[in-house]
Amino acid sequence: MSARDEVLARVRRAKGPREVAPVPREYRAAGSRGPGDVELFAERLRDYRARVRVVAADEVPGAVAAALRDRGARFVVTAPGAPSAWTAEWAELSDPAGRIESRVPLGGDAREALREMLEAADAVVTGCHVAVAETGTIVLDHDAVDQGPRALTLVPDYHLVVVRADQVVAGVPDAVAALAGVHTQTWISGPSATSDIELERVEGVHGPRTLEVVIVRDTA
Amino acid sequence: MRVALFVTCLVDGLFPDVGKATVRLLERLGHEVVVPSAQTCCGQMHINTGYAGQALPVIRNHVEAFEQADVIVAPSGSCAGSVRHQQAEVARQQGDAKLAEAAADTAKRTYELSEFLVDVLGVTDVGAYFPHRVTYHPTCHSLRVLKVGDRPLRLLRAVEGIDLVELPSAETCCGFGGTFALKNSDTSTAMLGDKMNAVLSTKAGVLTAGDSSCLMHIGGGLNRLRSGVRPLHLAQILEHTR
Amino acid sequence: MTTFLGMPAGGGNLTGEPFPKAAREALGNAQLRRNLAKATGTIRAKRANVVGELPDWAQLRAAGAAIKDDVLANLDEYLVRFEEALTSRGTHVHWARDAEEANRIVADLVRATGTREVIKVKSMATVEIGLNEALARIGVHAVETDLAELIVQLGKDKSSHILVPAIHRNRSEIREIFRREMPGVDPRLTDDPRALAEAAREHLRHKFMTVDVAVSGANFGVAETGSLVVVESEGNGRMCLTLPRTLISVVGIEKLVPRWQDLEVFLQLLPRSSTGERMNPYTSVWTGPTEGQTSHVVLVDNGRTATLADPDGRAALRCIRCSACLNSCPVYERTGGHAYGSTYPGPIGAVLSPQLTGVDRNPTLPFASSLCGVCYDVCPVAIDIPSMLVHLRERVVSAKRTTPESTAMRALAWAMSDARRWRRLVRLGKFGRLASRHVPLPGWSTARDLPQPPKETFRDWWESSR
Repeated sequence: MSARDEVLARVRRAKGPREVAPVPREYRAAGSRGPGDVELFAERLRDYRARVRVVAADEVPGAVAAALRDRGARFVVTAPGAPSAWTAEWAELSDPAGRIESRVPLGGDAREALREMLEAADAVVTGCHVAVAETGTIVLDHDAVDQGPRALTLVPDYHLVVVRADQVVAGVPDAVAALAGVHTQTWISGPSATSDIELERVEGVHGPRTLEVVIVRDTA
Repeated sequence: MRVALFVTCLVDGLFPDVGKATVRLLERLGHEVVVPSAQTCCGQMHINTGYAGQALPVIRNHVEAFEQADVIVAPSGSCAGSVRHQQAEVARQQGDAKLAEAAADTAKRTYELSEFLVDVLGVTDVGAYFPHRVTYHPTCHSLRVLKVGDRPLRLLRAVEGIDLVELPSAETCCGFGGTFALKNSDTSTAMLGDKMNAVLSTKAGVLTAGDSSCLMHIGGGLNRLRSGVRPLHLAQILEHTR
Repeated sequence: MTTFLGMPAGGGNLTGEPFPKAAREALGNAQLRRNLAKATGTIRAKRANVVGELPDWAQLRAAGAAIKDDVLANLDEYLVRFEEALTSRGTHVHWARDAEEANRIVADLVRATGTREVIKVKSMATVEIGLNEALARIGVHAVETDLAELIVQLGKDKSSHILVPAIHRNRSEIREIFRREMPGVDPRLTDDPRALAEAAREHLRHKFMTVDVAVSGANFGVAETGSLVVVESEGNGRMCLTLPRTLISVVGIEKLVPRWQDLEVFLQLLPRSSTGERMNPYTSVWTGPTEGQTSHVVLVDNGRTATLADPDGRAALRCIRCSACLNSCPVYERTGGHAYGSTYPGPIGAVLSPQLTGVDRNPTLPFASSLCGVCYDVCPVAIDIPSMLVHLRERVVSAKRTTPESTAMRALAWAMSDARRWRRLVRLGKFGRLASRHVPLPGWSTARDLPQPPKETFRDWWESSR
């Protein structure tokens, strides 16, 4: 008998009756709490020591430029489909001129090239799929063109995310509902951190040590 | 009200003063106390040590002893907890459905002392007087099995003259755990040490709780240190008058 | 070796010395006691804070328990569905009856890549089956990339906690391990946790960029979609899952959830119970091989079906490895995890390990608890650990022949089932007064005085006074 058949046979012998009580879902369900509270989202992000700027739609290029200038970024990568307007102001005004790359090498053979590029990058700028106010979480869909492949937002030490207010949902169930069918996701709640030494939280280990979020207030 | 006292095997054999105090307290509050003579033990020690099969006749004896009682009161959170949450389940697991049903009925009529006073009699001031510095240890089974909450504290706060001081890390187990204290004596002792440190830090002269078993353990340790802290059951404080 | 209902037991790193003996040694280690008290105290407060924040915690907990019970009651169907979803997207699925078979499968896959080194995401399943040791036997070095696992690996130590394997070490001990064992580390390294985390970053960066095979576990597998979920903090998980060409995920068969929607429950329960955060920094979800990777999933039994076979024990398989029960347990806080001798320590380990191995190979663990009940209160999937411990004690006792203890218990039960017999026995206590002053009770009298038996029993007083 194959291991598969034997494990399945054991399961069938071991388990109890199939009838089980229906799952009681009396917790706050998706859609039960209305849209996410942007102020709460910003506050929860700050609790993780992420930097947050809340701006109007026409202020995004200025906010991104200010953030990248503060960071001292020289070489910035963006997701291939991220709006070029986001980084236009920084590209124009940085002195000396910064370099932007949005053509991300992809596929098995391009792995080395991608790693090399990302290791050289000072910052990465992306959008997101959905964000959770209650937990201060941003979720990336890696098949979306404004969010890019997973390595993009992992290797550079600084990640700037642009989040539209209408992407902010109230709680985790809302986000899970919005992510149904999304194959590859990364949920990000603050910069990388560890509590492995005396259970004291330290920000900044292997993932980006700085997370900065530009929240776009009005998206009429 | 006519109250059947489930005195518990430990109180009967080792701490009769706790039983006497419970009787006097309930009588002072105007209730009739009866002590069903067929009672022995709830069977918890057997159950918790892995002898559920042997506990079965002990459970049967308990259920039969209290068959006629309208309301049953025990000066123990642990024993009341076993009656309420273990007996019927053990009978079911051992295949005695009839006993399981009878035990479930006994469970419904059984109260721990502070529950009975506060919930059934609706009294928190029992007219006690106890001019001493006291700290209270909430025992695990009263807290987490019976969920008596702050009932014992409400009763203690109403005692005239008492100087009630909060016990640090009060809700941490004292390390008794029945046969755990013997089988894992070293771990039990480590837990006891921390509990004694907490008790001593309060400078209380009296340590009280709703279970004689835990008091026997903590009190035994405090006595070994010749600390001068007296372990007294909640009933013994509530019984005390001017 | 077989266990419940003849189900084969699991092997690997699940047994050790008898608990009382191992605990005795651990309790004498003052440094360990201090480290554990500090760390568990910190995490208990954080957990209580973020759990208290959610008004629907009780409802989430009830849902979490019910979802896992559904998984267990229909595990065969969900496993087949999960396998179908995985293979339809190109993931290779392997099945392992036990630790040895799982190790062999992973070793063969690793050997086929030709690598001498693999990077690892923290995974309890791979510690349980002893994968690192198995890979070492074929000349492959497994690099642990989680900070605490790295500390344990560099210190040639053993994990003592589910979430924070190096919880028994404090900052200065960790600095000493890094100075001694980490190649090229700055000898002026301080014991500031920030500096230590930075040293680990530097040490592992090159591995992440160059090693092309990774081994992971999974916190959840979604039967409906074939998605795998890894919940982590440092980004080492993302590094391992993302950069290597080959990814091998070792997953216990009980890790499934039926539907994608079910994650809305567990992604709330797990981080708050585990690290005491509203959300952990990173959660990775992947559905099939991604970005040109080759992806393997190894589904492992290793005693899980033996656990499933016991109706009063199977709820232990609901466990989502949050470690809230460890952090809250007064026994764990004092003895630490090594005393349990198993990959799974603490209250959940005391019910899970004996079921995975069969109680005969772990007969002391069900007794390693005072039954105080804190573990049940904090468990996010409502595993009634105290009742399960009592049940497993019964299994331990019934597996043995007559012992002095069983004889004494039988005699006591005989006396206690009849009031006349019992009263005669209790009255004998009076004659025990003299004896109790001079005869110590083993285990008890080392630290506690025995109460003086009274002159008359309560019942004698009652009858003489009425």
